[in-house]
Amino acid sequence: MAVLLKNGQPIPDSWIALDDTEAAVPDGPVIISLERWTRDRAALAGRNAPLGIRLKSHQLAPAIAADLGRFELVMLEFPKFRDGRHFSTARELRERYRYTGEIRATGHVIPDQYLFMTRVGFSSVEVPDGANLESWRLALNEVSVAYQAGVLDDSPLAGLRRKVAL
Amino acid sequence: MSGLYRYDELDRRFLAERVEQFRRQVERRLAGELTEEEFRPLRLMNGLYLQLHAYMLRIAVPYGVLSSAQMRALAAIGRRHDRGYGHFTTRQNLQFNWIKLVDVPEILGALAAVDMHAIQTSGNCIRNVTTDQFAGAAPDEAVDPRVYGEILRQWSTLHPEFTFLPRKFKIAITGSPHDRAALAIHDVALRAKAGADGAVCFEVYVGGGLGRSPFLAKLLNDQVAEQDIIAYLEAVLRIYNQYGRRDNIYKARIKILVHEVGVDKLREQIEAEFDRIRGPKFRLDPEIVETIRAHFAPPPFDTLPAESVAFEQARTADPEFARWCRSNLAPHRQTGYAGVTITLKPTGGIPGDITSEQMEAVADLADRFSFGEVRPSHEQNLIFAHVRKNDLHALWIELRRHDLATANAGLIGDIIACPGLDYCALANARSIPLAQQISERFADLDRQHDIGELKIKMSGCINACGHHHVGHIGILGVDKQGVENYQITIGGDATETAALGQVLGPAVKYDEVTDTVEKLVEFYLEQRRAGERFIDTVARIGVRPFKERVYGSAA
Amino acid sequence: MARSGDGPKVISANRLDTGAVVWLGAGDSWVEPLSAASVFEGDEVAAALVRAKAAERANRIVDANPVEIELVDGRPEPVRARERIRAKGPSVRADLGYQAGQFS
Repeated sequence: MAVLLKNGQPIPDSWIALDDTEAAVPDGPVIISLERWTRDRAALAGRNAPLGIRLKSHQLAPAIAADLGRFELVMLEFPKFRDGRHFSTARELRERYRYTGEIRATGHVIPDQYLFMTRVGFSSVEVPDGANLESWRLALNEVSVAYQAGVLDDSPLAGLRRKVAL
Repeated sequence: MSGLYRYDELDRRFLAERVEQFRRQVERRLAGELTEEEFRPLRLMNGLYLQLHAYMLRIAVPYGVLSSAQMRALAAIGRRHDRGYGHFTTRQNLQFNWIKLVDVPEILGALAAVDMHAIQTSGNCIRNVTTDQFAGAAPDEAVDPRVYGEILRQWSTLHPEFTFLPRKFKIAITGSPHDRAALAIHDVALRAKAGADGAVCFEVYVGGGLGRSPFLAKLLNDQVAEQDIIAYLEAVLRIYNQYGRRDNIYKARIKILVHEVGVDKLREQIEAEFDRIRGPKFRLDPEIVETIRAHFAPPPFDTLPAESVAFEQARTADPEFARWCRSNLAPHRQTGYAGVTITLKPTGGIPGDITSEQMEAVADLADRFSFGEVRPSHEQNLIFAHVRKNDLHALWIELRRHDLATANAGLIGDIIACPGLDYCALANARSIPLAQQISERFADLDRQHDIGELKIKMSGCINACGHHHVGHIGILGVDKQGVENYQITIGGDATETAALGQVLGPAVKYDEVTDTVEKLVEFYLEQRRAGERFIDTVARIGVRPFKERVYGSAA
Repeated sequence: MARSGDGPKVISANRLDTGAVVWLGAGDSWVEPLSAASVFEGDEVAAALVRAKAAERANRIVDANPVEIELVDGRPEPVRARERIRAKGPSVRADLGYQAGQFS
């Protein structure tokens, strides 16, 4: 069972990730793929419940920029943790497109990426089955100084340094 | 003491936390909580490779500047945790070859105690920013590149967005119209200069790199303002992170993106991104620059006359000293001073290797003669940037005692060679013993001086860590059905007149390489005009005549 | 010409904790002198690799691989230069590595 983490703590997940093969879109908060959104956006226009969109690693922020107002959640997939494209996606969503909804990481992610994720604007992480939750919790506190500005309003320290704000 | 960025409490806290983080990662690995596949990128982020004989640790020497205290710490680590020697690389870093994983947390702690680390010397992230070994000393320097080297080091350290790039990313910077930092072969290169208004600005180049598909870097923008340089680099890295290829590790460097998209189209994308993000958030505050510049203030030079009587007398009296002066000295912007190159290329020795004892000697000599500073160059030598001419003879005598006074800087004996098959898991052929053989063949220093500037660069495999593509003579080891063969190139150049070498002919066997090099040299000596270096003669008459001399006119 | 890969093999790896080069020996132990390595032929190689992979999962070793050898006076000698250097030490430093008796 994947576990959803926010600020290093497990939280319940109210979202349902909808597979492309399922014809009907259930009520309630649903996450759909970019392909389904492209195909069905007219049909989904009147839908009241929260909608989330899921991007593969090659589907970047500009692909959904025009429709961001429709999504309360953007889910960014990491097919392998080494594929770091979505660190830029999250950053662009926050800084360029001023997206304020939830940005969630999913897929093959490791705790050593957690701090980076928070600094580029991820709100939550879906950790894989069997993950050591303690390692994830500790990861957020491992480094307290950063040498770059994050997307959050960091407290500047001195020079380029920032206090890592969470 | 000047010339070094002095860590403050924040930098030290960061480093201590980082060491602790890696200690936990090692524990998790040993406990099986991390698989090797998960651990590998993490240990690479700390410069730890698994090589042919053991783990290899690559320690960062940011923009190639070391203090004597740091050099002593490296010597101690070499003695305690390795086999009493280290190896300086073509990216100004230091490698230890016999490291145990279980010792690494303690080693990182010992490094942190002297403000050193091995962060990002490997992995698909931004690597060590390298620069001119004569920074702050060269008469032709317009802007001290170490200031911006330090700024870029900080900016690139554990950058949250750019830690999982398609591939490694190497940056070089110079502050001079002359390129002693091999800009053309870097993913991004900067030349700091004075703009029209006298303020610092940068030429930015992109897409250099060697390996299977060598490319020289192309100009992106010839005038990025100082306050914009961070935003500009963020734009470059963002485009690369998003659009660099991830399907094939041999096509994943930014040079391939430049090649496939075209530099003009890429420039459009980069500058569109730059326009979006430049602004207060990414502006490089001039106050920050000045704070960092203060760390690199000139040392307390003596006021000296241009001529040193003692120096001139020693040169006249001692022909061996005079010969060393001809090859191993560099002019200095401060009257009465000189730059000294300590080559780590003793005749028949292993290029770039240095024992712990030698490291300690160098540290002591740096304190005595060069304000406590040592600079490894990308040519695997050490530089004392600021030596009084009055002191040169005394320094040389001391260097000789430690086998560090070989008078071959920039000459044929000053060979750059990667570790090759003797150490490296990636190699196809050995490079070191061939370098030793060539060095022995040309052991006669008078002969070396007569030949003049000739940069041989050797790589044991196509990854080109020895930079063979840009050697005046380049030697690449290949494996031909289990037999070591070597492809020879000539005409490569790593300076501002950058060029990739041209293949001479079919690969030659191990036993033939040294003879081949000698034939090339002899032909050059026959053909050269007054004042022509080897590379100048190649440029004038072309590769074909050299090829005919080596392979016969039937070639 | 013999098809490459036909001959007898040893299984080589590195110890996880020290990085030392080791070979699969008797009773699934991991030994340091190549001379003590078990030699496998034919189907035995695949079976030995399975046992080696188990040792990887148990976090004792990393990067297990079969290495082609030939028997010289009854002792295994790697066919490839790379593996010979790995078994002995750097060819340019006779004072380092197993060739100099520097075992764990």
